[in-house]
Amino acid sequence: MQPETAVVKVSAGAQPAAAEADTKMLINGVSVYYKAFRAIKEIDLPVYENRVTAFIGPSGCGKSTLLRSLNRMNDLIPGARLEGEVLLDGENIYAPGQDVVDIRRRVGMVFQRPNPFPMSVYDNVAFGLRLLGLRKKSVMDEIVERSLRAAALWEHVKDNLGQSGMALSGGQQQRLCIARAIAVEPEVILMDEPTSALDPVATLTIEDLIQTLKEKFTIVIVTHNMQQAARVSDFTAFLSMDDDRAGYLVEYGPTMELFTNPRKKLTEDYITGRFG
Amino acid sequence: MPTESVYAHVNLESNYRRRKILNAVMLSLTGLTVLVAVVPLVWITVYVVIKGGKYINWALFARLPAPMGAPGGGVLHAIEGTAVMVTLASVIAIPLALLGAFYLLARPNTSLAHGLRFSTDMLAGTPSIVIGLFGYAVIVVVQKHFSAFAGGIVLAIIMLPVVLRSAEEMLKLVPAEMREGALALGSPEWHAALKVVLPAAMEGIVTGVMLGIARAVGETAPLLFTALGNDNYEIGKIVRSGIRHHQSVGKILGQIFAQPADALPLTLWKYAQQPYQERVQQAWAVAFVLMLFALGINILARARLAYRRRKLYG
Ligand SMILES: Nc1ncnc2c1ncn2[C@@H]1O[C@H](COP(=O)(O)OP(=O)(O)OP(=O)(O)O)[C@@H](O)[C@H]1O
Ligand SMILES: [Mg+2]
Repeated sequence: MQPETAVVKVSAGAQPAAAEADTKMLINGVSVYYKAFRAIKEIDLPVYENRVTAFIGPSGCGKSTLLRSLNRMNDLIPGARLEGEVLLDGENIYAPGQDVVDIRRRVGMVFQRPNPFPMSVYDNVAFGLRLLGLRKKSVMDEIVERSLRAAALWEHVKDNLGQSGMALSGGQQQRLCIARAIAVEPEVILMDEPTSALDPVATLTIEDLIQTLKEKFTIVIVTHNMQQAARVSDFTAFLSMDDDRAGYLVEYGPTMELFTNPRKKLTEDYITGRFG
Repeated sequence: MPTESVYAHVNLESNYRRRKILNAVMLSLTGLTVLVAVVPLVWITVYVVIKGGKYINWALFARLPAPMGAPGGGVLHAIEGTAVMVTLASVIAIPLALLGAFYLLARPNTSLAHGLRFSTDMLAGTPSIVIGLFGYAVIVVVQKHFSAFAGGIVLAIIMLPVVLRSAEEMLKLVPAEMREGALALGSPEWHAALKVVLPAAMEGIVTGVMLGIARAVGETAPLLFTALGNDNYEIGKIVRSGIRHHQSVGKILGQIFAQPADALPLTLWKYAQQPYQERVQQAWAVAFVLMLFALGINILARARLAYRRRKLYG
């Protein structure tokens, strides 16, 4: 039918299935309901430390839902309910008595659309630090600079940290949001299609950034772009929708294997663009 | 550049403890606020229901007032007067307010828009008795008589800013992308406004309209100089006499608006000060009816919203 199956190349930069990586998070039999509707069902998945894990799959299969269950952002949606458990360093973040604010500090998030706050670049990055109770100006300056550097934005904004964060370009805004997220030194960073609102050049800078960020952080990324998943991630989870419209895990594995030698026909069809 | 962690400089534990205490304090404060808001409402409602409920009877809704001091009679005149004047006010104010709100949405920064916003704000802040005085000066004095028409006009002036500004706020909440989506399909601006933006904002607009109506129904002061009051106001009587004299529909309608009229809050205000016990009791009954009306309008508005939401979002 299709003349050629465009097999996606896996870049040499991506780490092979590193057996020595520790499990940072563990998704354990997770189902999420919106009111009576089950959006995802019984998903089991590890997230390895200092690795990039990608969620791919057709629209509406529950990638965002799964991602948001990793830092309890679904708590904010009335009627949303989770079954199963999500372990962070072996502890269930949904256990009673867990402090959701602390969980969100440890598991940060970057959203699909850049969402800088309506304040200066500096204040955007300092926002989380002030929340933590940091008062010392010198330390604040230092961490703001360090975070902006890590997000590859420092050179652009260093001469005018007082300008509004909303006055930056889309790609710069997204990097500002990344700087803001990493300033509070989370352990895990969740990214929901962080480049889908960006042009190819800005996308590449973010992808490069992800590669360097994983040295310090554990990263989970949702993407619709197969090449992106192949380029940046070490592990990939492919989700699809069942007949009851609930999302389920079709296949999970090291990105290289999943893309070059998928075990399931459905996965192969999806990554070669024959379905989805 | 030193790479010291932020956590070397903050005490997370004490920060969290402070946050939790603050959280608890704020939560209790909000709980207190709820009490402060709910207690008076419940109190007033219960009080009015107890004082007024027992004087509710059929005659209250079906009869004109009995002569001073005589028992029996009702407030049909006030119910009909309120209905006539609020209807007139709604027919005038709601379309104007919606058009104004759409204008503000489509051309938010013209000087006309600024003027409109400024004047509606001023109007909303004007004491209603002043608006009544205005109605007296430009309608009653000119026509040389008090009338339901004059009352309806001043009520329209009072409703207009309430409905306009709430409709504007609701329209502004509709994402710009939605309107632009329609415009990008070649939809003219009025069409996009009517077919896409208005339905999206409908919930909130209807609530605003209902609040405007409730406001108009509850007004007393501006009616003092315009509708004045009329113990014999009865639409049925006007229609019957019109038919007897073979008058045209227009003429009869004119009669309905040309006469001085009464209104529920106006009657409440007058009756409450009279020395006759029957009248004071009826004042409580009217208070009860007004209260029921306000609650009813709120419940209706909410039910409508819930229904629409279910239909829109499954
Ligand atoms: N707040 C919500 N309330 C009710 N249902 C929701 C909500 N958010 C998502 N859903 C439903 O859950 C399912 C999964 O949605 P989700 O946003 O997780 O998908 P996704 O894989 O991220 O899709 P996309 O690739 O389009 O972003 C969909 O059927 C969606 O309609
Ligand atoms: Mg999504």
